[in-house]
Amino acid sequence: MAELTKKDFASAAEVKWCPGCGDYAIMNAVRAGMVAAGKPRDEVAIVSGIGCSSRFPYYMETYGLHTIHGRAAAIASGVKVGNPKLDVWVISGDGDSTAIGGNHFMHAIRRNINLNYVMINNKIYGLTKGQYSPTSEMGQISKTTPYGVIDYPMTPLKVAMGLGATFVARGLDAQMKLSEEICVRGAKHHGFSMMEIFANCIIYNDGAHQQLTDKDTGADYFIILKDGEKMIFGTENQYCLVQDGFKIKAAKVADVAESDILVHDEKNAEVAALLTAMRPDGGLPLALGIIYADDSKKTYDDMVYEQVAAVKAKRGRTVDQVMQEGHTWTV
Amino acid sequence: MAENAKLTSAEQIVVKFTGDSGDGMQLIGNQLTALAALDGNDVNSLPDYPSEIRAPTGTIAGVSGFQMCLGDHKIYTAGDAPDVLVAFNPAAVKHSAKFVKPGGMIITNSDSFTEKALAKVGYESNPLEDKSLDGYDVKAIPMFTLVREALADMDMPNAAKDRCKNFFTMGVLCWLFNKTPQLVLDFIQEKFGPNAKKPKLQIAEANTKAFKAGLNYGETTIMFQERYDLGAAQIEKGLYRNITGNDASALAIAAAGAKSGLQPFIGSYPITPATDLLHYASEFKDLDLVTMQMEDEIAGICCAIGAAYAGNLAFTTTSGPGLALKTEAAGLALILELPLVIVNVQRGGPCTGLPTKTEQSDLLQAMFGRNGDSYMPIIAANSPADCFDATFQGAKIALKYRTPVIVLTDGYIGQGSCPWKVPTLDELEDLTPYVNLWKPEDHPGETYMSYKRDPETLARDWAIPGTKGCQHRIGSLEKNESGAVSHDPMNHQKMTEIRKAKVDNLAAVLPEAEINGADSGKVLVISWGGTYGAVKGAVDRLIADGKPVSGVNLRWVWPFPPNLGDIISRFDKVLAPELNMGQLSLLLRAKFLVDVQSLSKVQGDPFREFEVIDKVNEMLGE
Repeated sequence: MAELTKKDFASAAEVKWCPGCGDYAIMNAVRAGMVAAGKPRDEVAIVSGIGCSSRFPYYMETYGLHTIHGRAAAIASGVKVGNPKLDVWVISGDGDSTAIGGNHFMHAIRRNINLNYVMINNKIYGLTKGQYSPTSEMGQISKTTPYGVIDYPMTPLKVAMGLGATFVARGLDAQMKLSEEICVRGAKHHGFSMMEIFANCIIYNDGAHQQLTDKDTGADYFIILKDGEKMIFGTENQYCLVQDGFKIKAAKVADVAESDILVHDEKNAEVAALLTAMRPDGGLPLALGIIYADDSKKTYDDMVYEQVAAVKAKRGRTVDQVMQEGHTWTV
Repeated sequence: MAENAKLTSAEQIVVKFTGDSGDGMQLIGNQLTALAALDGNDVNSLPDYPSEIRAPTGTIAGVSGFQMCLGDHKIYTAGDAPDVLVAFNPAAVKHSAKFVKPGGMIITNSDSFTEKALAKVGYESNPLEDKSLDGYDVKAIPMFTLVREALADMDMPNAAKDRCKNFFTMGVLCWLFNKTPQLVLDFIQEKFGPNAKKPKLQIAEANTKAFKAGLNYGETTIMFQERYDLGAAQIEKGLYRNITGNDASALAIAAAGAKSGLQPFIGSYPITPATDLLHYASEFKDLDLVTMQMEDEIAGICCAIGAAYAGNLAFTTTSGPGLALKTEAAGLALILELPLVIVNVQRGGPCTGLPTKTEQSDLLQAMFGRNGDSYMPIIAANSPADCFDATFQGAKIALKYRTPVIVLTDGYIGQGSCPWKVPTLDELEDLTPYVNLWKPEDHPGETYMSYKRDPETLARDWAIPGTKGCQHRIGSLEKNESGAVSHDPMNHQKMTEIRKAKVDNLAAVLPEAEINGADSGKVLVISWGGTYGAVKGAVDRLIADGKPVSGVNLRWVWPFPPNLGDIISRFDKVLAPELNMGQLSLLLRAKFLVDVQSLSKVQGDPFREFEVIDKVNEMLGE
């Protein structure tokens, strides 16, 4: 069979996102991930909830299930356990994942079900026309916060690390190559792949990530992490990250000894937890790239069938035998 | 010796056990149920326990109960007023004595009637001495004293010896009801003996001694003037086991999986009184049954929908408040037109209500508890054993019509038990014809369309992920036949009508409702689900008394059986006894434009036959 390309994963349906929406770039990255996973299209299933991003399955030439608000993670868990041979993707948004679906999002990560979970974070409810979400920034103006948001935003990846996530990555719609890399690695990761991709909402939250996407100064506010490489960032690679007691701090490369610059280790969960929490308004660059990846932990879906096999070996009853168990008598 | 204890033959005996909730009432009740069933009687039982795991000991709130009826004929309920009450402490006597038949027997442990225990439940004087129980035949037995004497040579603390009072009591009852002692001795060995799962040899020995002491006590004291002998019931030949409704549903799920060739899957969340179903099914990994205990009720049904989408035979199990939480997702399964069985073990509501008590008040929730026009078939189990058949039938209809199906059971039949004629897998209907997955090789030259339908059943073509070349998208939005999202008004009209017709058409193929009694008459009593037993028993008695009364039981509550309207039209009056405020009668009135009268009871307790009989007599003007 000829190798599939990204185009092969495009369905005939007309894409109905607003022109300029960040979701287009992300769809391209997801298709790259599916190519990399190497499964035929009929062994790929995409599950989504409700929201702009959740229209995703309709645009993909795979099996697709567009469901209800917030529940995609729980439904996808059933799809994966129901048929572990499938390559199962979840496409969700910040509202879908962290507000109404927060519970399912958390527990799918905790169980380490082998799902590829893409959370498109535009810090706004788009489909319902512009209300703030749990990732909206303090002070953000939206239809339901005309005087500014007064609840603190959450950092989904920090939550993911707290739940024992095995793959945690963050991308940015404007960084197309990086998003592709993340989706490719996420697709290949054996376990729950948590991929948060920041996206712009051109209608209701335009410029949501402008600080990061600004051509001239954006690079001063994020760092792209690469396994085994020094943590250096900035428009002219002039900044780096160093250890400061139990914390991480930013410094100028020129001001520190080269050996003090932190080197990224994808398998270091403690440092990854600190990296996920970095925010520009806290004086640290936003961490992009693959922040944490370790597939030594067993997946839930693998363990389900290992247990089935073990109980079969140990008890190995038939339905008839079980029906006839207990106190029986013959009339 | 009590040589003059007369052996009286009886047709049926109702026994009730009450005591502290941590005191093993359910256990002793189940043991006597099994003993009677093994000895050839028909039995029906009803546990009754408080929602607190261990309410304070010796208090009324902590009283746990178990009622059973054993007979020499088909027994449909756990019985009306008990003939024999076994009440282990003053709280239990205070709680339950009033239920006993006038002149009925109360067996109690007189050692537990201490001043402190009496004061705890507000007895100012000892009811065993103050004549307040004079209307009953009270057998005050010093159980602790007798058990400790019987176990005098055993090296165990008195508290452990006292716990053997249950087997002592079993000994007394075994003698009183003329049962075969060996069956209990075998049970003790099975449970605690050297070949048990967890052998407890000392407990086996102690319980054996206590049981024999109880037997001897019955035989040698002059306390009992009478003992009862029940003949064997005329029961269909076969292999039987005593089973609760929840266990029967669990087995049906495994069996339906095996008969369909699909992997059975349960997505669930613990909730009383449905949890036992999940407990039992969770042991069935060797039967390829996958269970997922999810983070909440919503996730329970959602993962089941996901598994159904992936081609499993999916179930979700719950009780009232859980069904409320599953509402939106149930609508998703409906618009996706995926097979899914929702087993709802009803309990007292609204909200948390009476978690451990039975009720039938989720009928309208099952009917209408979703947004939009969203009809689902509803099947109701009418006895513990029938939970097997109802759940299995639910799976069949879900597959055949590609629809979610609600199976309604309730706390009474879910936790109650009765003998179940164990089928073999071979005897059960083959479900593979209803699976009928869409595969390209069976349809050369055709393109798969996700909402193309079987013209007869209106079931949509079903291709599961992994099927070569059939990748497609379905979802919660309205769509047209090809599966494309459609906001076209006429398409929505058409799809809504199809979804309704699919359920309505089911009526034509349902078995006709059977009349118990004459084809026409003055009063027709309609039962459904857990009211079946009491109504059947009541109608049988009314017919025996020559009353112009008939009964009909609804197995399918929605749609109604095809001949129901016709049956109703042949009676002057219609009565629907139900454990809610008239939900079935509302549906019957709406469907048939008939003045159906409701007999409502919402006391956490099933109907007694006499309640139905009294109401029918009132309607007959007698």
